[in-house]
Amino acid sequence: MTQQQPLTIAGHSYQSRLLIGTGKYRDMAQAGEAIRASGAEIVTVAIRRTNIGQNADEENLLDVVPPSEFTILPNTAGCYTADDAVRVCRLARELLDGHDLVKLEVLGDPQTLYPDIPATLEAAERLVADGFKVMVYTSDDPIIARRLEEMGCVAVMPLASPIGSGLGIQNRYNLLTILENASVPIIVDAGVGTASDAAVALELGAGGVLLNPPVAAAQEPVLMASAMRKGIEAGREAYLAGRMPMRRFASASSPLEGTFWQGRQ
Amino acid sequence: MNANDPQITLYVNGEARSVPAETTVARLVESLELGQRRIAIELNGEVVPRGEHASRSLNDQDRIEIIRAIGGG
Repeated sequence: MTQQQPLTIAGHSYQSRLLIGTGKYRDMAQAGEAIRASGAEIVTVAIRRTNIGQNADEENLLDVVPPSEFTILPNTAGCYTADDAVRVCRLARELLDGHDLVKLEVLGDPQTLYPDIPATLEAAERLVADGFKVMVYTSDDPIIARRLEEMGCVAVMPLASPIGSGLGIQNRYNLLTILENASVPIIVDAGVGTASDAAVALELGAGGVLLNPPVAAAQEPVLMASAMRKGIEAGREAYLAGRMPMRRFASASSPLEGTFWQGRQ
Repeated sequence: MNANDPQITLYVNGEARSVPAETTVARLVESLELGQRRIAIELNGEVVPRGEHASRSLNDQDRIEIIRAIGGG
């Protein structure tokens, strides 16, 4: 069935169209449980300094989401320059034994967390040249999305509203324009707040959704992870099914013939 | 290790540390009890592949970053 058609990124096929972050959970156990409930196969991680001399037996994230079971997607969160983003990606590749799929984000300012597009383009170019498979966080500008695709990024990931805002899909026509012109997967990255937002993104034709706070910051993260999974599946099926056209006024569902009462026609 | 051994100063994750001269990357990692951890090493801005940890010697004033994966979105 067409519903089963996988999401293919850089030659790998994934059954799940939900990509999930590993940040902001109460603890490692909750992160692991929520991520499994979400059905996600691709999980993002951040790259940071190791704590030296403390918590010698603290749990390692990669024990909770082992690379043998999940595709690990290291991000460049917190980078404001192309140099820093490239540096983080090189260390991530070493950390993950040569695994070269990365989530590139080069931020413009801390209030909006919007991408710095010139720096993003520069970093993407350098990373692609260095052999990385780049999934790139970007704005909802269709021209920039196309440029990133042409540069060789394996997925383009426009925001739907600001990172961590939970404001949902605020730019559906821009997303639609990006989707209609794309030949790599378009992953909605940032802005989703709840399951219906994820469904809307998939209904528009998005290849998938990447999210973190909507699950981690829910009152019940594991339950929300399950809801997201269903939202994604519902949205995908609705997209494939093809929605009915919208019309401004009503159209009765029951036939007008055969009525046996005197009334308004 | 002997108190009279020559020492060098390294900057490990931004903090100054005194270690014996001739310390290798692998020895440093071991001395920090990170030997069993999944980490990656950068030396003066360049990645040091895992296979070179044992052979790469450190010099005075070297800047070393020891990184890992943590939760993020």
